[in-house]
Amino acid sequence: MNPFEYRRATDVAEAVAAVAERPDAVFLGGGTNLVDHLKLGVTRPGRLVDITRLPLDRVEPLPGGGVRVGANVRNSDLAAEPVIRSRYPVLAQALLSGASGQLRNLATTGGNLLQRTRCVYFQDITTPCNKRMPGSGCAALDGYTRHHAVLGASPQCVAVHPSDMAVALAALDAVVRTHGPAGQRAIPLVEFHRLPGAQPERDTVLDHGELITAVDLPAVPATRRSAYRKVRDRASYAFALVSVAAEVELRDGEISQARIAFGGLAHKPWRAQRAEQVLRGAPATAATFQRAAEAELVGAQPLADNAFKVPLARNTLVSVLTELTELTGATEPTQEDTP
Amino acid sequence: MDADITLTVDGQVRQVRVDTRTTLLDALRDRMGVTAPKKGCDHGQCGSCTVLLNGRRATTCLALAVAHDGAEITTAEGLADGDGAPHPVQRAFLDHDAFQCGYCTPGQICSAVGMLDEARAGHPSAVTTDLVGPVELTDAEIRERMSGNLCRCGAYVNIVAAIQEAAR
Repeated sequence: MNPFEYRRATDVAEAVAAVAERPDAVFLGGGTNLVDHLKLGVTRPGRLVDITRLPLDRVEPLPGGGVRVGANVRNSDLAAEPVIRSRYPVLAQALLSGASGQLRNLATTGGNLLQRTRCVYFQDITTPCNKRMPGSGCAALDGYTRHHAVLGASPQCVAVHPSDMAVALAALDAVVRTHGPAGQRAIPLVEFHRLPGAQPERDTVLDHGELITAVDLPAVPATRRSAYRKVRDRASYAFALVSVAAEVELRDGEISQARIAFGGLAHKPWRAQRAEQVLRGAPATAATFQRAAEAELVGAQPLADNAFKVPLARNTLVSVLTELTELTGATEPTQEDTP
Repeated sequence: MDADITLTVDGQVRQVRVDTRTTLLDALRDRMGVTAPKKGCDHGQCGSCTVLLNGRRATTCLALAVAHDGAEITTAEGLADGDGAPHPVQRAFLDHDAFQCGYCTPGQICSAVGMLDEARAGHPSAVTTDLVGPVELTDAEIRERMSGNLCRCGAYVNIVAAIQEAAR
């Protein structure tokens, strides 16, 4: 590990300036991904700016019924938050399906969004990787691709984004709030992560020195049902092969609203707008769910070892929607929670 | 680059100088002689380095010591009460033969103590059906909540039984 300077930030502006002024400076959150990369040599920053003591650790109600989640809220705390469990079950379930209890106690909301791919070739510095070293090539293309992308990949990179939380946030239409050298901005979660294209080294649209300060969750109607389902190689403590975050509202047996996102399929949380179009206004039947899944996955381009992801994603979506719409039909909401 | 930090470890306030690259695990083991937390994978995947960090279970191999200046740490060694009697979770591990080689055990025990607190506080897990209801610690719940601690001897059956008893 290369030596680095450690700085503990005491306010947001100071943190932003301390990273912005040095090209080799990075923010340090819970460290569960960054410290691993320091050990592996995946990244070699000259300065770490610790933001964990900034006062960004609250979950607060927003006017209009939404919720603001501070960037430093730990993954475990967010999953345990009553308003998240009652109003945003898709988010609580996604958080709880990620990592382990002792890692969720360290990992932060902002850090979870910025964690990097677990592509083994990205993490192995002896192999070429355009994401780790632009222009060096992609070892995955001729390698073992069970865990790689089937949607939105490029000839430069076939890695997938590893976050569960971000998939739920994509379905929820969450907004990422940032503070950067050029000021503050609000970035819809679905536009926050990038597809690899010719610049796979850029995971997100953030500028250097731009700090995530919060994630805003929009208000959800009490009639909405949501769920997260993760399919993986072992029952717990593994990254997704495929995951589905889904939110639906039913009216008289028809789907009046649907928001769907896939994890494990692409370089970013994959918001399934084609599937949503099929679902809106259609009867809540297995045939509808099949058509929706197929509309989204028709453009999938599997690699040598991951063709299974296409039917797995289809079946998982159909299963989640079946469960959610049966639930919605059977029970009416009994309580009106406010954050 | 060096930094001077203060850690309270198993009730003792200790000052130590660390290179900024030092993990909390290496600071405890190599700089302070606290060897209860074990180095297994050193990449956050096995849980053998788990301690209670400010009262909550956490892996120490992916935490930089300098970032945790001022922290209060309880290792498996510090769980026993003042008279040296084992903690109920330690007692249950002994009674149920919940280990073979014992290398992962300090991490398992700290993780179990933290997990039982989380369950008592009503926090759901990935296998909890009712996210807002009380937590019933079934075997499936214990397995899910302890999935961050690997045991290469495969003592899992007895680890689950020990935690079941400690939960009662």
